[in-house]
Formats: sequence, structure tokens, C-alpha cells
Amino acid sequence: MNTNSKSIAFDVEKIRKDFPILSRKVNGYPLVYLDNAATSQKPQVVIDALVDYYSNYNANIHRGVHSLSQEATDAYEQAREKIRAHFNIKKTREVIFTAGTTHAINLVASGFRKILQKGDELIVSALEHHSNIVPWQMLCEETGAVLKVLPMNEQGELDLVEYINLLSNKTKLVFVNHISNALGTINPIEEIIEKAHKVGAAVLIDGAQACSHIKPDLQTLNADFYTCSAHKMCGPTGVGILYGKEGWLAKLPPYQGGGEMIKEVTFEKTTYAELPHKFEAGTPNIADGIAFGVALDYLNTIGFDAIANYENQLLEYATEKLLEIEGLKIYGTSAHKTSVISFNIKNIHPYDIGTILDKLGIAVRTGHHCAQPIMDFYNIPGTVRASFAFYNTFHEIDVLVEAIKKAKVMLT
Amino acid sequence: MKIKDIQEEIIEEFAFFEDWMQRYEHMISLGKSLPIIDKANKKDDYLIKGCQSKVWVFPEFKDGKVFFTADSDAIITKGIVALLLRVFSNQTPEDILNADTAFIDEIGLKEHLSPTRANGLVSMIKQLKMYALAYQSQLN
Repeated sequence: MNTNSKSIAFDVEKIRKDFPILSRKVNGYPLVYLDNAATSQKPQVVIDALVDYYSNYNANIHRGVHSLSQEATDAYEQAREKIRAHFNIKKTREVIFTAGTTHAINLVASGFRKILQKGDELIVSALEHHSNIVPWQMLCEETGAVLKVLPMNEQGELDLVEYINLLSNKTKLVFVNHISNALGTINPIEEIIEKAHKVGAAVLIDGAQACSHIKPDLQTLNADFYTCSAHKMCGPTGVGILYGKEGWLAKLPPYQGGGEMIKEVTFEKTTYAELPHKFEAGTPNIADGIAFGVALDYLNTIGFDAIANYENQLLEYATEKLLEIEGLKIYGTSAHKTSVISFNIKNIHPYDIGTILDKLGIAVRTGHHCAQPIMDFYNIPGTVRASFAFYNTFHEIDVLVEAIKKAKVMLT
Repeated sequence: MKIKDIQEEIIEEFAFFEDWMQRYEHMISLGKSLPIIDKANKKDDYLIKGCQSKVWVFPEFKDGKVFFTADSDAIITKGIVALLLRVFSNQTPEDILNADTAFIDEIGLKEHLSPTRANGLVSMIKQLKMYALAYQSQLN
């Protein structure tokens, strides 16, 4: 494959200059950052937005009459509006700022404590991150609802035939990730949502892994809840969103009590603020919320079609090159996947490979990727996971492949 | 040999290596060469679960000294386990309790004993000391 011709249309060298961290060295080698599924790197514009906020208009928002507070409030609410537009969400009040996906899922799970009854059923997919399993298990323990598992096949795809069998009028909620963090599988969520709605169940989609690769249209998708984290999308850590249909958000009780989320407080009774503030108790993460908006602008300037197209080329090239290594097995081989490759080499522990790669300046993830049920399915202790972003290069894949070969020689 | 002397010996041994790759190759060979636990003892009772790699440690107490055998499913972890056994096994409970693991820093393997590394080694050292403490209390 001629790697040069692949990158002409997409000027990756120009893009890399936007990310200061990509020019650093690790253990004496140029950094090759392939842990993008864990978190993305940040472009200078996002870093600048944080510095600009704290340098020029830091103030608490929504309540101040002074100018700084007004400027900060405007910037924060503009970020919310950008997020609404990005996801094609119908109403701005359906966008709840959270600390991230985990927080968003816990918010919804907590809200369902009063809604669920003993014997109600919830369906979780076998491909979930622990953050989309544990809050629901806790909810089931508390309410007596039953958790059912939508199984996966050897390729890492969900079994939709079994899904139909699991659905019934007892099903109240279905939660599935849009894209699997451990394997990269893109799940058929359109079909999952449609089928769940036919039996009257609500659906929560964990978009944490998806939103750096694709731009979901939430009105078309018709999920009841959708969540994502800014830090996987070139934005800062500690901020994300929960999208919920207004009807659902009105029905769920507040998650935390405090300032910002009230209309009126007396010691006898408190009335809650309107959406979205009902779910945003306390001083929000103002700087990071604003910078999240800047990150979305940045990604949209490059364009999600261009990102997906380039990342697919990286995935295809890396898959082909990695499979040339004898004894290497890839987990997650669906035809519908994003630029995540989970693999092992025969008789070598993933921890050992990860350690040697780190010594060579390559950042990959090793372990169970917070998805132990998937590792149990394959009966392995974990995998090595290389995940690619639009700022990675074909050359970096060559470096990875050579490093794996070196590690393999050292470790066998 | 006293713990301090063994640690000095290991530091000298590692001083011969010119770069990280040689150090790691040495550790990997240590990990490979040692059959360091009896298969019958490689069971859950003696398992220390790290998030990334697993470590098994089996203790025995004979003639006032503690003897350890151990294993790991990851070879680099196993190499470090081998070094730790060289230092801590065949010692009195008191010496084990008084020993530190600064030699691991000196031979350039510090990152493997970081609590966030989750490879089971930090828990392993704690476990070695717990066994030593238990045997010491038997002596008193």
C-alpha cells in the first residue's frame, strides 16, 4: 500500500501541529499515542479556551448581575447551544451538562428508582463498559427489577435474534453502547431502539466511544437518552452531556440537591428549577463546558466525514499489517467497527507487550478495558488495545508493528 | 546472606546492563528460568489479583526462616517476582519486616512497583510482610 497517497487528501501533518503533546518524546522515543479510546489529546484551541476563561472572564454563572458573570453565563450557554446543534437535539433544555458519561448514566439510573417495580426487566448488552452495567445492577438490587443480558457472538456483534426473545412488555429499559470501547464494534442501535419502543421500553445509548468517530443525529436516532464525554472528543476531562427526551427528563426526579437546581426554597418545601437546571445542582464545570463547545467547533471544522474516512483507512491498514504478525489474534472482527484493534499474541500476556511498547514510546492500553464480561467471553485475561484517532499516521502504525515484532522476540 | 547484601548484589548485577532493553531481557530470562511455585500451590488461596497481571505467593516457615515460592501470568512481572523472592525468601521474619524495596528503584524498575500499575507486585510485597508478621507472632 502506498501510504503517502492515502494521506494527501487529509492533511494529517497540518492537523498534528494543532496538538502540542504530539511532538513530545516518551522514554527517548517520539510519542506514538494509540490510546485514543481511553482519552483523546487536546488541540491548542481547546487549551487556549481554558486559559482564556480563567485569564479573562472567570465568574460564577447564572446568578451574577455583574459583567463578568454575564460574559461567563453567555459563553457557557452558547456551549450548550453548540452541543444541541451538533447532535441535532430538538430543544436546548434537553441538553444536561454532566461530569461525563458515567455521571449521566448514574443520573438516569437513580431517576428510575421510583419508576421501576419488582419484576420489571432491564436489558444490558454483553458489550458494555462497567459504567453501563454497575449502576443498573445497583438499581436492580434496590428495586427488585431483573437484569437480562443481550449476548454477543465470536465477532463481537450483538445477537439481535436473541434480543427479540428477551423483549417483552416487562422490559422497561434497554441500555447499549453505540460503539464498544473494548472491541470497536458499531452496534445496530437504530434497530435496537425501534424494537424496544415497540414494547414500550426506553433506551439509553452510551455514546462515549462513538462521538469521537461519528456525529449522531439524535432526532433521527430517537433514543430516549444519549450520553457522551468531552474528553474523548478533544475536549477537557470532567464534562459531558446527558441528552434526554423532554418527557423523560420531566418525569425523572432531580439527582442531586443544591444551588442552581431550585426555583424556591423554604424549610417547608422546595420547588425545582426548570430543565435543564433541575439536573445541574451546584456551580457547574464552567471552563470545561465552554472548552467542550470549542472542541466541537474544532472537530466540525475538520468534518466528521473526513475523520471517519481517514480513520477507516488507518483501521484497514493497521488490521492488515498486524495480521501479518504470526500468532496475533484480533478480538472484535465485525465488518462494522471503528478504529479500535484489540489483540493478543499467542502465549504472551498483554501486560508484557504493553510494557515493552511503552518503553519504545508507544501508548496502548492493556487489560480488560473496564469490560470484564467481554474478556470472560473470550476466556482471556485482557487484550492489548490500539485505538487510532484522526491525528495518527500510517507511519505510526508501521512503528507499532515493528515494536510489537521486537516485543515478541524479547518475550518468547 | 543478609537482605542488604543480596540487594547490593542485584544492584551490581544490573549495573552491567547498558540500556533498558538489556535490563528487561535479563528480567524476562529470570522470569522464564525459574519454576518458582509448586503447581498444587497455584490456587486461589494464594492468588493476589492485580488488575493487569496475577501473582501467586506460597509461604512456608522452617527453622525460624520464611521461604516463599511464587508465580505470575505475565513474564515481566514474574521476573520482578523472582528478584523479590531472591531478596525476601530464606530470611527471618524480623529481617523481612525491616527490609525495604529501594533496590528496585536503583535498578531502574521503579515503575513496576507503582500502586497504579495494578500488576499485583505492590500487594505481593504487602503480602510477604503479612506472612512474616504472622510467623513472627508465632515465635513470640
